[in-house]
Parts: sequence; structure tokens; C-alpha cells
Amino acid sequence: MLLRQRTALLLPLTGFLLVFFVAPLVWLLSLAVREAEVPRALPRTLIELQTWQPGQALPAKVFSDLALDLREAREASTLADAARRLNYEVNGVRSTLMRAAREVSSADAGTVFGADFFTTIDPTLTSPEFFAAVKRAHGPVSSYYLLAAFDLTRNANGEIERATEANRIYVDVLLRTLGISASVTLLCLLLGFPVAMLLTQVTEKTADWLMILVLLPFWTSLLVRTAAWVVVLQREGMVNTVLMDLGLISEPLTLIYNRTGVLIAMTHVLLPFMILPLYSVLKGIPPHYMRAAASLGAPPVVAFFRVYLPMAAPAIAAGSVMVFILAMGYYITPALVGGGSDQMLSYFVATYTTDTGNWGLASALGLMMLVTTLALYGVAHKLSGGRALSMG
Amino acid sequence: MKKHLLAVVGAAALVCLSGPVQAQSHDLNVVSWGGAYQDGQKEVYFKPFNATGIKLTDEAWDGGLGVLRTKIKGGNSTWDVVQVEHDELEIGCDEGLYEKLDVNKIGGAARYLPGTVHPCGVGAIIYNLVLAYDGDKLKTAPNGWSDFFDTKKIPGKRSIRNGAKWNLEIALIADGVSSSDVYKVLRTPEGVERAFKKLDTIKGDLVFWKSGAQPPQMLAAGDVVMTTAYNGRITAANEKDKKNFKMVWKDTPWTMDSWVIMKGTPQKANAEKLVEFMGRPENQAKLPKYVRYGVTAIGATPLIDKSLMGELPTNPEIHKQAFAEDVKYWIDNGDKLAERWTKWAGTK
Repeated sequence: MLLRQRTALLLPLTGFLLVFFVAPLVWLLSLAVREAEVPRALPRTLIELQTWQPGQALPAKVFSDLALDLREAREASTLADAARRLNYEVNGVRSTLMRAAREVSSADAGTVFGADFFTTIDPTLTSPEFFAAVKRAHGPVSSYYLLAAFDLTRNANGEIERATEANRIYVDVLLRTLGISASVTLLCLLLGFPVAMLLTQVTEKTADWLMILVLLPFWTSLLVRTAAWVVVLQREGMVNTVLMDLGLISEPLTLIYNRTGVLIAMTHVLLPFMILPLYSVLKGIPPHYMRAAASLGAPPVVAFFRVYLPMAAPAIAAGSVMVFILAMGYYITPALVGGGSDQMLSYFVATYTTDTGNWGLASALGLMMLVTTLALYGVAHKLSGGRALSMG
Repeated sequence: MKKHLLAVVGAAALVCLSGPVQAQSHDLNVVSWGGAYQDGQKEVYFKPFNATGIKLTDEAWDGGLGVLRTKIKGGNSTWDVVQVEHDELEIGCDEGLYEKLDVNKIGGAARYLPGTVHPCGVGAIIYNLVLAYDGDKLKTAPNGWSDFFDTKKIPGKRSIRNGAKWNLEIALIADGVSSSDVYKVLRTPEGVERAFKKLDTIKGDLVFWKSGAQPPQMLAAGDVVMTTAYNGRITAANEKDKKNFKMVWKDTPWTMDSWVIMKGTPQKANAEKLVEFMGRPENQAKLPKYVRYGVTAIGATPLIDKSLMGELPTNPEIHKQAFAEDVKYWIDNGDKLAERWTKWAGTK
């Protein structure tokens, strides 16, 4: 009965999560493998290409079917999506296809839609590369976007190979994202640990005040804080002006639009997420343990490393995992204070979602990030003996 | 007990779900680029239109075809009239995101400059991507894109938009290609290589901007000595913040933003009335006072205060130095070049 009641009590939240979190997430991530645009727009052409292999002569009927498909897809407004999809693989084919569809629709009755007709519009439309790309997008699923996320591509014969040097992007970006997240986590730990320790050692009233100082930036909008850093770090900003006035530097330092700016701003933004879990655990460590260690002859440094730190380990793990995972998803801060080589993976997810509307690639990159994060979390969980999961 | 709870949960879920599903009629809603620009539009278009008796609300957005696609595919969008960039106009029209425009309902084709009327939209403003610098700080005035790429003549950081569009063009012009041949050269693989090679020469001194508000800010902060910028933003900084920013117009690309009516809006008739109202010469003529962008009604230019013409993209003296952005080129090559650009910008 108790179990049933508990289940019933959890039902609203579970339902809510299923409807508003799990379902949309699965749907969005499924876009990474779905191929719907080309089968919807060019069904006849795809049937014609079923037995065709790159390297063979094209089936005779393929062009008249292509013409029929183009005309109908244009009327049903499904052609633009398919043309966009094919343009990812065959550069320039988007407007060529749209133009071909217009010409097919306006052609005189009795026009023969053969290879000649399409060659006059653009030779690309009769090339094996174009039809190979159409065939690969036959759906319902394909590995195109997932491969693209790992800088891989298929050549005309369908074999997987690395993208050309100029188009290898996302593996580097993933490594960069992991690197920046790890650096920020380390900086947060180095800066946050002493603060959390201090909070446990002062009187409760002082601790309350210090806590407000920690939480104040926490309550301020992320965008405002990032914009504030622009003002502080820029060439004629506060930091440079003060350092120059003090005579410590003669030339202004470049603190923004590079990695330095990203690390400073992100560390500041994420610091509370380190301090709060640390504090919640550290305040539970009885002070007399350290005194006991000292009375038994341990110098303060030894006592700290052998007595205090092992007890603080779960907090360090929890805080680090929290900061690391949050940092992995950052994009607005690097976008505003970083340079071209400081952009993180979510920046590209955002660009592909809102700007170019390449949801397939956005989903594939999202999936890549989700899997990496889960894997790292699993490792952290294992290494910390299950303590990374607990929040202290 | 359980049954009772289930009923409550079910009812709650129904309430949640039925809210957004019901089609709701809304006031006519217009969406533009925000900031000082939209403040100006409010004064010259939105408020006077409200006074005609049709209730109008306005919103701001940052652009992006993905956003428009979501609005249409998601259904029940509250956006009726939207200002879009040129490629968004073309691609969105192909994808069926906008209503087809009956040009007779918006004042007739003869009212507008040639090339600004499209089956899916009508031009709202014309603007240039100019070379801008701080006249108070820079001793040697740059004379064009070749100086922008000359770090010996003018040392220091310079900023460009983070993206291939327009940067490849100016790189080629700096490399000696005439502005009328730029897209011919860019249509060859060697032309693209040449543009990136030219950009390589100043890569160490480059900073990237993302939003149009950043370039004047970077100039003011001294982060850069020169930048590319939308012309209206530079004039606005000069007027509002008393800056002495200068602009070079020679060989700058010009482009156009358009008004479109979103597909399936229940407010179509009112939306057409609004677009017609915003296309009237006497209304458009008031806009440059607020932000220095060119307008598209032929009859508007003679009505514009002469003192404003000096920095207006539609001023014939300025317009003849500029070149038109080739939107077809970017629609076809934008995807591939975006990848190439990302790789290029992301490596030292």
C-alpha cells in the first residue's frame, strides 16, 4: 500500500517529465538520424534509383520521374526542404533544384524531360554525385548527420572517410569544450574551496553575510554578468586602467575576446555552484577532528591532507561534476567574451537551430554532447565510489 | 485513493494541454530588429498606424530562419508581419513560410525602387556594411578595404562579423578584385581560396563581432582601431554618444531587409494594411531622422531632410560607390562556407 501511495504521489512529476522533457528530447534527438525531406519530395526518383549503384549508367526513366517529382514537390511546398538537405552534400544544388522545378512547371506540354533538359539547366543535375547524394538520403534513417558531427563523410562509393582538412571542425570543438570546462572546474575549485572552508569557521552571522555575497551574483541574470565582464575587461576597461595607473603595465593587456576572458567570466558565473555543495558538506565536518590530528602530532598541512581532505572528497566530487556539466553547456558567455577559437559546442547547436535551421546537425551535435557528458559522469561516479551522485 | 489522484492528475494535464492548443485570436503583431531602430519605427510607423484604429503590438527578434520555421510548423504563431534579411526572404519564400504578397494591396509596384518588390515581401530598408573608425583616435585615415588589410600602414586590431558573408567579398576587393567582379571570382574554388588567404594575412589582428551593436562599442572601448559595421549603428553612436566615428563607403556591400506576412495569419487583411502604411513615401521619409537607413519608396527621397542625406545608403553619391550583395550566391554556398569559416576562425 505504501509503495502504491508513493507511486501515486510521484505520478504528477513523472507524467510532467515524460510529456515535457523526455518526449521532446527523444523527438529532437531522433532528428539526428531521420531522413524525411528527400523521400517526401522525390519518391519516384528514389524508387528508380533503388537498384542503381554509383558507377553504373543511370536508369533511363530517372529524369522523367525527377521532373514529375519536382513539379509535385514544388506545388506541395516540400521541395525547399529537400533542396536544403541535398545542398549540405552537393554545394550549390539548392537553387539549381528550385530553378529546375520552376522550369519543369513552366515547360510546354510535350517537353521531353530527359538528361538533355536537365543538363541545360545545370550539369550538376545529371551528375552521378548528385544522384548518389539523393540515394543516400532515401531514409527513413541515415547516419549523415552523426557522421558529420564526428567530421566524417561518405565518398561517392558510400565509404566513410574523414572530411577534408578545411571541414574538420566538431571533434576539435568537442575537445575544446572539454578543455575549457575542465579548466573552469579547476579554477572554481581553487577559488571556491578556501571560501567554503572560511564559511564553516566564522560565526553564523558573518557566514550569513558572506553567503549573501556568494549568492548575490547567483541571483543576477547571466547576461548582465557577462556584459559587466565586457566592461571590466575591455582594452580601456577597469582592470587595464587601474593597472596602467599603478604603473604595473605600460601597454593594455588583452583580456577579452580570447581564452582568458572566457575563463575569467565563466569561472565567476559558475563559482556559486562549487561553493554551495562544498559548504554543505564541509560544515558537517566536526572541527575537533583537526584538533585531534594536531594533538596527535600532525602538522597543519599533513592534517589537512590526511584528515580534512578525505572527508571533503565527496563535496569536491559533487561540486566539480556540477560545475563541469554546467560548463559543458555554456554558450552565451563564450560568444560574448570569447574569440573565434573559444566557441563551445552549444554555440554551434544554437547556430544550427536558430540561424541556418539545420536541425539534423544540431541534434547530432547535441547527442554527441549528451553522450560525452553522461560518459564522463559515469566515470566520475565510478571513480568517486558513487559519491559524485550524492549532493553531500 | 489512487483513482482519485489519477483523476486530479488527468484534470490537471487536460488544463495544461488545452491552454495552448485552442486557437486564440490576437492583435496584429509586428516583429522587427529592436533597439534604436525599432524605437524609430515605433514613432514613424507603429504609433501612427495604431491611431488609424487597428490595434498593433510590436516585438523584437534577432533573425534566423530556424526561428521562422518553428513559428510556422509549431502553428498558432502570434507573429503577423516580420522584418527579415534578404536570404531569409528568398529561402523562406521557397519553403512557403510567408503569404504571397498582392502588390496592388501594398501600393503597387511603381511605388517602390526596382528590385525591392518580391513575390513574398517588400523592401523595408537598404543598408551598407561600411568600414568604420574613430576619427579622434586614428591618425591615418583608412581609404578603403586595402587599408583595412594593411597592418603596416595602420597597426592594431580590427573586427569583422563572425561569418563568411561579406568578409570574403571585402578580402577579394582588398586583394585587387573590382567590386563588380567579386562574385564571379568567388564562384570559382580558387577565388574562395584567394579570399581566405587574404584574410590569413590579418588573422592575428582580427576580433569577431556577432551582433550589430558590438562594433561601435568595440571602437568606443578602443578594443579595435577599425571595424566593419552597419552604417546606421555608427551614425547612432555619433549622435547619441557624441562620438566622432567615420565611415568609408567605397566598395561596401549593400543589402536590404524586407517586410513579410507570415503564412496562415488570421490577421492577413490588417497585415497588408500595415505593410501598405509603412510603404507610403510620406511615412518612410520620417525614418532616416531616427536611424540612417535608406528607404524603398521612390517618392520618399525628395521628402527627406537634406541634412540627413550625407550618410544615407540611398544617396546616389553613396549608392554608386557600393555594390549589391549577391543573395543567390550566399543561398547556394552559405552552408559549405559556414563550415569552412568556422574551421578557419577556430584555428590560430
